[in-house]
Amino acid sequence: MARYVANRLAQAIMLLVIVSAIGFAILHMAPGGPLSQFAVSGQMTQEDLDRVTKQLGLDRPLPIQYLDWFGRMLKGDWGRSYRDGETVLSVISSHLGATLELMATATIIAVLLGCWIGVLGALRRYSLFDSLATVGAMVALSIPTFWFGLVTIYVFSVKLGWLPAGNRQTIGDGSFLDLLHHLIAPSLVLALVETAMWGRFMRSSMLEVINQDYIRTARAKGMPEWRILTVHALRNALLPMITVAGLQLPTLLGGALVAETVFTWPGMGRLFLDSIGYRDYPVVMGILMFSATMVLIGSLLADILYAVVDPRIRVG
Amino acid sequence: MATAALSTVQLAPGQAAWRRFRRHRLALAGAVTILVLVLGSVFGPYLLPFDDTYIDIMKRFAPPLSGAHILGTDELGRDVLARLMMGARVSLSIGFVAMVIAMAAGIVVGAFAGFYGGVVGAVLMRLVDAVLCFPTIFLLLALAALTEPGPVITTVLIAATAWMSVARVVEAQMRSLREREFAVAALAFGSSNLRIMFRELVPNAIAPIVVAATLNIANAILLESYLSFLGYGIQPPAASLGNMLNNAQIYLTSAPWLAIAPGVVITLAVTSFNFLGDGLRDALDPRMNIP
Repeated sequence: MARYVANRLAQAIMLLVIVSAIGFAILHMAPGGPLSQFAVSGQMTQEDLDRVTKQLGLDRPLPIQYLDWFGRMLKGDWGRSYRDGETVLSVISSHLGATLELMATATIIAVLLGCWIGVLGALRRYSLFDSLATVGAMVALSIPTFWFGLVTIYVFSVKLGWLPAGNRQTIGDGSFLDLLHHLIAPSLVLALVETAMWGRFMRSSMLEVINQDYIRTARAKGMPEWRILTVHALRNALLPMITVAGLQLPTLLGGALVAETVFTWPGMGRLFLDSIGYRDYPVVMGILMFSATMVLIGSLLADILYAVVDPRIRVG
Repeated sequence: MATAALSTVQLAPGQAAWRRFRRHRLALAGAVTILVLVLGSVFGPYLLPFDDTYIDIMKRFAPPLSGAHILGTDELGRDVLARLMMGARVSLSIGFVAMVIAMAAGIVVGAFAGFYGGVVGAVLMRLVDAVLCFPTIFLLLALAALTEPGPVITTVLIAATAWMSVARVVEAQMRSLREREFAVAALAFGSSNLRIMFRELVPNAIAPIVVAATLNIANAILLESYLSFLGYGIQPPAASLGNMLNNAQIYLTSAPWLAIAPGVVITLAVTSFNFLGDGLRDALDPRMNIP
């Protein structure tokens, strides 16, 4: 086990280095390089620019600059926002809570609903329910999240007036019920795609399990069907879902960005989009690296957790 | 020879594939829908009396089915159906071209990684893993922020965020195909590595490649709509399915029809390509059939 974890950790660190190199390359793709902001303003002479370039060490060879930048990233020095001079990490962390709240709610909905649909579909394979669920999942995966959000706002906020059209809370309110009320629409919209994915994976995982020998053995023993399903089948079918959870993090983060934009939710995705609008490159780069690191750590944790619950992985 | 006599009538592989594909009614429906969308976006604009960018300020916000405008007009009095057709033309073209670029890049990377394996393969596939760490929309927006928006850039950027899955598919195929007899025979003939890779191995992996290409178009159309909706894709006055929805968001309460049509067309197009890809997977490669 320790060897597996060490191995997987080494892979993740190597991946982090490549990810950071890509991030650094993108940063240097900015027209005019990292100093474009000052060059465009016209208030700085070429001499000033040269001096700043030297001061910030931008005249050094790129590999050296990269090592320096990567070292500072590791130490938690991610630079400062052009907009208000706040450190990038504090800007991100002040928006992270709202995003995590949205993502966690959507995930809970998606896991419960998706697993239920998937299990039922597998048990009643090719039934009307199964066919509808399969087609429905495909359509759900094809609907643009932002459009689904707009339709939701139109139906439930504009026409029916049941749900607020956006924001995290009513100004001046902010009670638990108020927060919950605002959370419903964006988390359901975000959960749509996730539910479809969980349903599909759960269905195939369950189908694989219920055809195994030990299920037949359990039946032959005369074990009651509900016990076979819950204790034997479901428990084993749920194991691969740990990997699915890790795999879904990128889609979940991307979906959150879109849902936050449509529902004016004050999270990291909206901050990202706003920062792009303001050409606030340090924050843009910070969030890009932060989200990639989140995905990296997520898949690492998923792999380790899977090895913990399934011994075949760590031996093989 | 006795076993041959016992076996039932053998269908040619192509015939068998067509039979399996036809059984997949949704895939067939998808193919028909795609055909309609393509024909509509190619020839539709010539059949309409309105130009997609013609502004008629006197006829703003005409609801659908009122007078000459079948789907109504938008905030500048432009005909929604004309914009929808031109928008679909732009979105479908971008989806198709982005797919071609992504496939080319993915096939080359996957072929080299799978054929050579070892250090080359490891480095290339770790690069694929690394790019996959970035959530697509974040990467796409960051790249779009650093470039001048336009149809060409949008296409290239979408391709740049979509080639990795293809590379993975092709790499896995190459790794198993290079051990097969025909590959070994080609090597014994003295064929060059490049020739073996692209004339022998890649054509033998055509089934999963075609499936990946179909699903890739679906993904590319979806990404274009996201990017344009968020304001970093196709810029007005040119229409795309995504940027039509960007405008529609503002007038959601007063003119909801502006939001309906483009969304329905995007969903139709993406769903159709996804179903088509699913059907092709069942038809071309029965081994990949998921129960």
